[in-house]
Amino acid sequence: MSELRQFFRSIGDTWDSLPQNVKRGIGVAALVFLILLPFFFTAGGSFIDNATRALAYAVMALGLNIVVGFAGLLDLGYVAFYALGAFTIGWFGSGFYAQVNHQKGIHVGVTGVVSTLPGIHLNFLLVLVAAVIVCAIFGVLIGLPTLRLRGDYIAIVTLAFGEIIGRVAINGDSLKPFGYAVTAGRQGITPIDSPDLPGLSEFGPLNLRPWYWTALGMALLVLFVNFRLRDSRLGRAWIAVREDEVAAASMGVPLVRTKLLAYATGAAFGGMAGAFFAAYFNTVNADQFEFSFSIFVLAMIILGGLGSIWGVVLGAIVLSYINTYFIPGPFKSLPHHFGLNFDLTDLSFGIFGFLLVIMMVLRPEGLLPERRRKLELTEGIGAGDVDLPLEVTAP
Amino acid sequence: MEAASIPVRATRATPLNALQAFLSRYGLIIVLLALPVGFAVHDVASGHGLTHIIQNLKDGVSNGAIWALVAIGYTLVYGIIELINFAHGDVFMIGSFVSFAMWGTLGVTLSTGPLGVVGGLIVAGLIAMIACGALNVMIERVAYRPLRGAPKLAPLITAVGFSFILQNVGLEWLGGSPHGVDDLVRAQHILFTVGGVQIINADVLAIGITVPLVIVLVTFVNRTRLGRAMRATAQDPEAARLMGINVDVTISLTFLLGGLMAGAAGLIYALYNTTVWFQQGFEAGLIAFTAAVMGGIGNLQGAVLGGVIIGCIQQISDDRINSTWTPAIVFAYLILIMVFRPQGLLGEETREAG
Repeated sequence: MSELRQFFRSIGDTWDSLPQNVKRGIGVAALVFLILLPFFFTAGGSFIDNATRALAYAVMALGLNIVVGFAGLLDLGYVAFYALGAFTIGWFGSGFYAQVNHQKGIHVGVTGVVSTLPGIHLNFLLVLVAAVIVCAIFGVLIGLPTLRLRGDYIAIVTLAFGEIIGRVAINGDSLKPFGYAVTAGRQGITPIDSPDLPGLSEFGPLNLRPWYWTALGMALLVLFVNFRLRDSRLGRAWIAVREDEVAAASMGVPLVRTKLLAYATGAAFGGMAGAFFAAYFNTVNADQFEFSFSIFVLAMIILGGLGSIWGVVLGAIVLSYINTYFIPGPFKSLPHHFGLNFDLTDLSFGIFGFLLVIMMVLRPEGLLPERRRKLELTEGIGAGDVDLPLEVTAP
Repeated sequence: MEAASIPVRATRATPLNALQAFLSRYGLIIVLLALPVGFAVHDVASGHGLTHIIQNLKDGVSNGAIWALVAIGYTLVYGIIELINFAHGDVFMIGSFVSFAMWGTLGVTLSTGPLGVVGGLIVAGLIAMIACGALNVMIERVAYRPLRGAPKLAPLITAVGFSFILQNVGLEWLGGSPHGVDDLVRAQHILFTVGGVQIINADVLAIGITVPLVIVLVTFVNRTRLGRAMRATAQDPEAARLMGINVDVTISLTFLLGGLMAGAAGLIYALYNTTVWFQQGFEAGLIAFTAAVMGGIGNLQGAVLGGVIIGCIQQISDDRINSTWTPAIVFAYLILIMVFRPQGLLGEETREAG
């Protein structure tokens, strides 16, 4: 175990000691590899499918990481933003509101068959912007009541909001403000417009490459924003609030604004990924907005390491692959080998629950821990042998 | 002593401040009374009398008795280690499943005589209580004790993890859809009628089990040596340890008591609703947690009061609004309580809420 740790640490040290331009070169090479990756696989195959989902989950996990990992506000209702993002594209990118504009529909930036259909049809990029705005507003609305609370009370309030939004999604077909239904209820909104983006070939179920590139673009954007935010004044304020709210407030960190910005940013990324998923699955199904989804995303960031950006990406990819590849695929027959006759796909959330428990007990800092949090967790227990470099250096 | 010389700004008694003080004291009570009073006025105005609303409240009280038992588990655990035991609702679900399986094993069916049914149910209930108590102690040992020094997020996450594990156990046990249960006590049979309000067997069962259990529990916590150890640990674990109290055993005991109550609640739930399923625990857990917070978390009497109030809100919403909206209404109440009176009806300010 300790040799393994030593090995990983030596990799980390080697990476740190590389010159800046070599690092940059490796980064560019990795990026080019990721962009070219789909050409090596069939366009409608399961590899690109799994990779696309993993990337979209990474976007979602990076969003939740801002709220839980950076600002330390345990949000158990993240599914709310998945739902809101998905409904944004359901409202503005499908034939759901067929009666608007005398059945002629409203079209902005769409071409082809879609531009003749009734309903509101906005370009995918506009829908993404709308999803970001809607979710950021709701993130603030959900954040407001939790401002006075701490710790597990925040978890419960956000959970309650998530459940209420799930309920509204299911019963929304009977809610009709201004004569338009809010959701399609259990029936679901389908079909959803396929994105129509310049420079990319046609999006479709048989050609998944443009979906992959869109997801990759979103993931890179969100990664960039995550890194920039973490090292900004706001990011330091989030971490200060996470470490000690009272101390942060007395050092002049505006608590209300800092927390609300964390909720809004996290929600915005969740909404973006939600809109993408709805388009990718070609449906907005009210039954999928369940509490277990929030836990699925939470498990990703716990597995990778709370607050650690690369860790969260790793956690998202691992769990997404377990969910979409290993459980239905290679692991499916595993129980039968042990003489048990149950279907592993039923148990996926039990497996995630088990992972949460095991990770928290055995390696609470996650697979790729953030340095600061690791210090926090090892503090007191054998503090003598922590040989991490001090973070404060003389100018 | 520098600070003392700074003049303290006195809060002026403007009408706005007075209103704020009034709202923070009575706001929750007003919100809680809004539903029943509103519908009662509506009934009277439309010439139907009060029987309907009293019937709703009666159903609410007997249904709330189940939530009260589950809420006690939350409140005990929160009072002692300040942790929301997320898996508690699922322990309650396992309680339902165990009691259902036990009376099946004991051979109690619809054709068994009344004496056999009562005896069988008592045995099944006791086994369910012990099983849930043991399960709860085990969860504490495996998932919470190793993390006692860790940041507070950690045990909450393992609690959620265990909740999922138990739900999957339930899913594998009885399948994914609600499972019908023999109506052993003829739950809907009208026992007698008082002033137009029908009292059914299920009401008598729920009240008849809950009230003695709560009395025994409150006596235990307030009168016995172990109960005193529990209260001492809740106030200050470190000082309790210095006074010679075995804190670990006391915490285990707390989980055991919570589990026992959840097991009893599971038995009542199975007989009351004549159906059990693996997701009953998740919703029950949230409802019971709402009840515990409403009463003031850490306060036993508060948990019972909260359970009864939530039961009434649920019944009124089921009957008058629409049962598909009931969870949303209960959660909306939860948020309102958290925002306006996090210390609950009977509770005091806690570290979390302050």
